[in-house]
Amino acid sequence: MDRLLLKSGGWFALALLALLAALMAADSGFAVHMGIACAAALLMAVVTVRGADYAGIARGLLKMPVDQGKYDDDPIRWGVIATVFWGLAGFLAGLFIALQLAFPALNLGIEYTSFGRLRPLHTSAVIFAFGGNALIATSFYVVQRTCRARLAFPTLARFVFWGYQLFIVLAATGYLMGITEGREYAEPEWYVDLWLTIVWVAYLVVFGGTILKRSEPHIYVANWFYLSFILTIAMLHIVNNLSMPVSLLGSKSYSAFAGVQDALTQWWYGHNAVGFFLTAGFLAMMYYFVPKQAERPIYSYRLSIIHFWSLIFLYIWAGPHHLHYTALPDWAQTLGMVFSVMLWMPSWGGMINGLMTLNGAWDRIRTDPIIRMMVMALAFYGMSTFEGPMMSVKAVNSLSHYTEWTIGHVHSGALGWNGLITFASLYYLAPRLWKRERLYSLRLVNWHFWLATVGIVLYAASMWVAGIMQGLMWREYGSDGYLVYAFSEVVSAMFPMYVIRAAGGLMYLAGAIIMAWNIGKTIAGSPLREEKPMSDAAYDPAADRPLVTQPA
Amino acid sequence: MTSKTKGKFWDHGRLERNVSLLGIASLIVVAIGGIVEIAPLFWIDNTIEKVDGMRPYTPLELAGRNIYIREGCYNCHSQMIRPFRDETERYGHYSLAAESMYDHPFQWGSKRTGPDLARVGGKYSDEWHVQHLKDPRAVVPESIMPGYAFLAERELKPGDMSRDLTALSNVGVPYSKDDIASANDDLKAQADPDADAKDLIKRYPKAQARDFDGDPGKLTEMDALVAYLQMLGTLVDVESARPQEVDR
Repeated sequence: MDRLLLKSGGWFALALLALLAALMAADSGFAVHMGIACAAALLMAVVTVRGADYAGIARGLLKMPVDQGKYDDDPIRWGVIATVFWGLAGFLAGLFIALQLAFPALNLGIEYTSFGRLRPLHTSAVIFAFGGNALIATSFYVVQRTCRARLAFPTLARFVFWGYQLFIVLAATGYLMGITEGREYAEPEWYVDLWLTIVWVAYLVVFGGTILKRSEPHIYVANWFYLSFILTIAMLHIVNNLSMPVSLLGSKSYSAFAGVQDALTQWWYGHNAVGFFLTAGFLAMMYYFVPKQAERPIYSYRLSIIHFWSLIFLYIWAGPHHLHYTALPDWAQTLGMVFSVMLWMPSWGGMINGLMTLNGAWDRIRTDPIIRMMVMALAFYGMSTFEGPMMSVKAVNSLSHYTEWTIGHVHSGALGWNGLITFASLYYLAPRLWKRERLYSLRLVNWHFWLATVGIVLYAASMWVAGIMQGLMWREYGSDGYLVYAFSEVVSAMFPMYVIRAAGGLMYLAGAIIMAWNIGKTIAGSPLREEKPMSDAAYDPAADRPLVTQPA
Repeated sequence: MTSKTKGKFWDHGRLERNVSLLGIASLIVVAIGGIVEIAPLFWIDNTIEKVDGMRPYTPLELAGRNIYIREGCYNCHSQMIRPFRDETERYGHYSLAAESMYDHPFQWGSKRTGPDLARVGGKYSDEWHVQHLKDPRAVVPESIMPGYAFLAERELKPGDMSRDLTALSNVGVPYSKDDIASANDDLKAQADPDADAKDLIKRYPKAQARDFDGDPGKLTEMDALVAYLQMLGTLVDVESARPQEVDR
């Protein structure tokens, strides 16, 4: 009873504190955010006081099996649902802003729906909400299985999940209200950053704690990647977000660094958000789910050691390639370029290790759409990690920087690698977490695969054309020695490419909607969809014999 | 582990069995790159070559800059001209490191969906900017920029600007005590055609004081944003930086 009083009283006090902050806020955005925090804390207080088994109710509604097993899977089930939800939201936002570039009337003349505010909403929704939830959910799943240990600190694990959702809501509503630090992928303001820091430390404690109580002597490769991802993101997040709030009751803050130093700190952060959030973390997913789905051991243990250490060492240096030919000192630019080119090798080390895991199981590409998705994800990983080093060469970058080529490159990685490997992992997880025989439909996975793949090809190809065209038009001189094109002429030349890109995005979104349907049906426990099996080459015993040349 | 490898100093198996060791080792490995690349920028003197003319933003310019950031202009506009013939002919002299030395945060950008703005100051009239911000396609038919008509209606309410200046001076921007004390008066004086802006211009050389949005009766967000756009790239006499370039 005392404990209950203490706990609910604590939440209630927190709610009062947030309410006070909302009332005394210096600006309306901060007031709204403190209001959201107050509502969240009140909700927690009520939940604690009522003492009802809300987790149990939710379990019934979402048809989650009661956890009797060795593993604590509830937060992972929540994570799977959240990943699908935020994925749809992020893709939809992306499609909308893609259409805005082709048809600017869609900005609607309202501040909340202008491109400048929606673009960070899109990037954060896909990277941090969709990708982040996928990483947290899969890391909790993988670390338990590979350590043969139940999740350490189960309450804290739930706090990580819900705390992270609160971070997403605060960040997203902030962008719409124009609350931003104004640096790409690090837009949330100081108090949201502080909250994320708390959640992230809790995440590290749960993850590290589970490894500590493992019953396996060795820590599996996937966990090295997860661990370095969690640690490095903590380091990057804290250093890059050092800032001076104008008021402790207001949203605005000024970065601790200025100009050149701020630029390099930001891209040290920005590039390694790609390197550790979108690469190391997702490689960890690859290292668990690809061998499991293929039912083959990982190709080379030695390769995984070499490419793990070289990848995490080299990635950090690559940031300056975002600042070629700027006012950043030349030595830093060159250093960034050299390390970016070297990075090609460990990146491909990961791709080779993943692809070669299918040695002896290549026929599964034909029969198993999930394997097919994983292979395509690795192929896109390989392509974009070749394209990246190439674009970081200063001569190439002089053309590609500031153009749509960069956008195309990012999306071939994000849609191709991060998206597809996440979808494949979700398809792997859903039937296992809800204890179903298998997915509702494999044919629908196939539909998703093709919609996504063709969508990415349209996206990347149109952006290559757009970017290279843009770069060449900007620098084109006529025989009279004058620049040929006005900037506005280059803008109007982009129109067809913008439309094709939006079409690609629409296909990708359509694939994701099919996935949501498929996973939803799997969760609901619907009877399997009646469909033709994936491989229609029926077994013919008469044909199953060695080919021998017939004597004439 | 076999007995052969057990005694070795370099044994990866040790890392694989000890999560603290693994964590510390990877943290050291990932810290090196940043330390080598970023830390020297704070103490190597020629990272930012000194140039004449740089000064902190006036309160009105700062308020405008905050609106620029709030609306996410950096998503489509760079403020960093690279040293290429086509860029310097299109946008002006390439950007110098010193020109963003008081930018917390920097706004160099990464994408040119719209043109570079590093030297947009003085290129167009105030009226053009106001028209263009209200309805971009009224002045540039090919433009795909969102319209910002609401800026012209909304009164500028940046809060107590002396707190903003204090926060910036805490992170190294050289605002004087006078600047901070008169921040709110400076904000109004710069956009008020009837006010005496002599003191402001003395403390902030080259500051432009006038009504920016064509509505002298009201201090709007449009005033602040246009004031910011009109000062971009106007502070430093780039010709004076020329002698530092080495002939090859």
